[in-house]
Amino acid sequence: MTELNLKPKDFKTDQEVRWCPGCGDYAILAAVQGFMPELGVARENIVFISGIGCSSRFPYYMNTYGMHSIHGRAPAIATGLSTSRPDLSVWVVTGDGDALSIGGNHLIHALRRNVNLKILLFNNRIYGLTKGQYSPTSEIGKITKSTPMGSLDNPFNPVSVALGAEATFVGRTLDSDRKHLTSVLRAAADHNGTALVEIYQNCNIFNDGAFDLLKEADTRDDWTIRMEHGQPLRFGTDGSKAVVREPNGALAIADDVAADDPRVVVHDAHAEDPSFAFALSRLSSLDSRYSPMGVFRSVEHPTYDAMMTAQLDQAAAKAPGDDAALGALLAGADPWTID
Amino acid sequence: MSKNVQQLHRVVIRIAGDSGDGMQLTGDRFTQETALFGNDLATFPNFPAEIRAPQGTLAGVSSFQLHFADYDILTPGDRPDVLVAMNPAALKANVGDLPKGGTLIVDTHDFTDRALTRVGWASNPIEDGSLEGFTVHALDMTQLTLDALAGSELSRKDAGRSKNMFALGLLSWMYSRPTEGTLAFVRQKFANKPDIAEANVTAFKAGWNFGETTEAFAVSYEIKPAVQAPGTYRNISGNLALAYGLIAASRRSGLPLFLGAYPITPASDILHELSKHKRFGVRTFQAEDEIAGIGAALGASFGGALAVTTSSGPGIALKGEAIGLAVSLELPLVVCDIQRGGPSTGLPTKTEQSDLLQAMYGRNGEAPVPIVAAQSPGDCFDAALEAARIALTYRTPVFLLSDGYLANGSEPWQLPSVADLPDLTVAFATEPNGADGQFLPYLRDVETLARPWAVPGTPGLEHRLGGIEKADKTGNISYDPDNHDFMVRTRQAKVDGIARSLPPLVVDDPDRDARVLVLGWGSTYGPIGAACRRVRASGASIAQLHLRHVNPFPNDLGEILTRYEKVVIPEMNLGQLATLIRARYLVDAISVTQVRGLPFKAEELAEMLQGVIAHD
Repeated sequence: MTELNLKPKDFKTDQEVRWCPGCGDYAILAAVQGFMPELGVARENIVFISGIGCSSRFPYYMNTYGMHSIHGRAPAIATGLSTSRPDLSVWVVTGDGDALSIGGNHLIHALRRNVNLKILLFNNRIYGLTKGQYSPTSEIGKITKSTPMGSLDNPFNPVSVALGAEATFVGRTLDSDRKHLTSVLRAAADHNGTALVEIYQNCNIFNDGAFDLLKEADTRDDWTIRMEHGQPLRFGTDGSKAVVREPNGALAIADDVAADDPRVVVHDAHAEDPSFAFALSRLSSLDSRYSPMGVFRSVEHPTYDAMMTAQLDQAAAKAPGDDAALGALLAGADPWTID
Repeated sequence: MSKNVQQLHRVVIRIAGDSGDGMQLTGDRFTQETALFGNDLATFPNFPAEIRAPQGTLAGVSSFQLHFADYDILTPGDRPDVLVAMNPAALKANVGDLPKGGTLIVDTHDFTDRALTRVGWASNPIEDGSLEGFTVHALDMTQLTLDALAGSELSRKDAGRSKNMFALGLLSWMYSRPTEGTLAFVRQKFANKPDIAEANVTAFKAGWNFGETTEAFAVSYEIKPAVQAPGTYRNISGNLALAYGLIAASRRSGLPLFLGAYPITPASDILHELSKHKRFGVRTFQAEDEIAGIGAALGASFGGALAVTTSSGPGIALKGEAIGLAVSLELPLVVCDIQRGGPSTGLPTKTEQSDLLQAMYGRNGEAPVPIVAAQSPGDCFDAALEAARIALTYRTPVFLLSDGYLANGSEPWQLPSVADLPDLTVAFATEPNGADGQFLPYLRDVETLARPWAVPGTPGLEHRLGGIEKADKTGNISYDPDNHDFMVRTRQAKVDGIARSLPPLVVDDPDRDARVLVLGWGSTYGPIGAACRRVRASGASIAQLHLRHVNPFPNDLGEILTRYEKVVIPEMNLGQLATLIRARYLVDAISVTQVRGLPFKAEELAEMLQGVIAHD
């Protein structure tokens, strides 16, 4: 393999980045561009596909192949590209409205099929590009332009949704934590199959501070549960909090947990059954307190792309599809000839 | 006993029974034998949307009509000469189409008081004289089948299910059809159930022998093979021909075929068929919905595949936004609309050509899409190749319009030579086309106005596409007013320019003095052609022109329209082509319409045309 010798700047385009000053998307863009050289994939073999929304402008700023498509459909478009071109590294960039409202159907079906896609879901819990309506991840009672007396609908937890669809890789990270963001991107890129990465992203115009509890120095350690495979799920400023298993089998948060408390749960990202990861995802409150961050689940399953290619190879190995075969196909079983 | 054999030139047979009685299978087999025998033929399957509608009801009647002849024919026939009715509902639903003097073969087994009441008959029509004027053969085919299978191990119910094969055997005797193919087919179809296979064979032979030995059937008929151009033929339905046309387009373009589709009547058979041909590199993706079907196809097109999505009217409505995206991205995509009765769910299993204006205009913004229409079942093959040619050459989505009548109907089809099919080779962009090694994804070909197709994996040509308006040449986001005006007009000019690649239109005007032109598109080709023959046979002149390309219209269409005093446009909608023709050419076309879910009858069209000529 030839040395690609790519630098982050190689992934920048000549297009002016047009997000609002202070938007969390800038940090994510910088992290992705910074991480891309690590992929070891030539720029021409990388494709970014997005839907509609602030986050979906992302492909214009990546010097790879890219498509800014229509609202909610990026996973479907990427599925067609990835299954027909398994040689490519295909990334989807989407937001909470794009992926979970208008495109919810495509998201869950991409996840259940395990198409080889990396889906980056920027969750700012608001509609930004349409100027501030509540989104499917907004907390109940959200006062917005379209909900002057507060929103009524129960929000989706994107990680729970993905795990409900039995996604083979689900991670969560934060726009402002470059190191953690990069580590989760790396794990997602290494995963063979659909990877969903939820990125908590601040919209400083319409939903500023949505994730401050996880960012401010005085609160973040108390509310963030860092997940490392094989490590006990301990957190808190002094490590005294932990995820514990209750006698009925449910997961819960406990304070002042002794160092040798046998109830403390050790994280298992490779558990075949998604129930454990799902239970972890349910620990969070609506305002993001007790947010597990990192990789919830990472299991190896055959990818849809590879299985489809295998079927084609198997059929062609049995009888190649050449012109003679096409002639025979057209003739069918009962042709007749007129002289 | 040697029976009288009478020569006929043509006959139309309709067999009707409960959906689930195997009427379509019976019709298919009779068609296959007829095709092999060398008659020209056309078929018309007609069935309810329900898979197993309640037994014995009018709603559950399924029928199959076959027209075959010793000369070339254009339609499945207006009315049957022979009607086979397997129960009271089938008789009631179809007897109105049987002309006086026609032959009626009725299975009397289910003509019980209860069954008669169920379809609204107070008395038994076989006995009350209401079938006077027909040649009626009333026989208990179910009981005859049961008797023939008396020695078998099958339950009475299972044995009775072979009655369709009894009917097929009887018809095969009546019309001197070869039988080997059907017997082999039955044995293969039920290879895993040898007792069922044998029951069907026995029932078939019993039907044949019944005709041969019973005095009730005094005459059998012979229809000599039709004179056909030298070549090799097969019988083919429209959906099969369309699927084969797509595979052929893939071979001839050298691009892998990708189908993204969601099941919908009457288009699903294309998905089924293509899914069988993975050896040709065909990828079929059964998507979660119509939008994902076209979305995945568009993604595959971006990656360099020959991309196709198939659907019918309701699905096309859902795909509208993605078709607009394809217009904006300028990527090749074939959108097959196998039309059915609308609006909304409409008539899923019935035919209509009412999606023309949806194909033409059913998107936001100025979003021109070329439209190619198939005119007969076999023609779906050529139409698919033509749609692929336009999509690949001009980097555009293309509508391929078929309909339920073409999709399920069949006709003999002369096999093309694979090597003689059009060359659809595509040149992907491989080198930068701008100054300083820059790649300009919207720098157009001067002749076709097509933009370069640069597929991922090509170094140096990395670029971003999107549905937001793009700057000319660079494809970067642009909100510039003049640029938008330019891009809208350029996309339209590209589609309009396709007309320059079309061959001259051929008007069928054998007398060369016609003053009335019948203009059509799509599946009305057969009925219009048959109607024109009737008109000409009566001594009058009439010209026929049928459009393969509905958008853009061929460049010589306008001039042709001016040559005739009257232009008549028959359509299975409320005048959609007529609207387009009037708007474009200011021709006062006479719109003749029908939306009954059924094809036009040649006789009715001919009568209408005679009227137009008479008032000339």
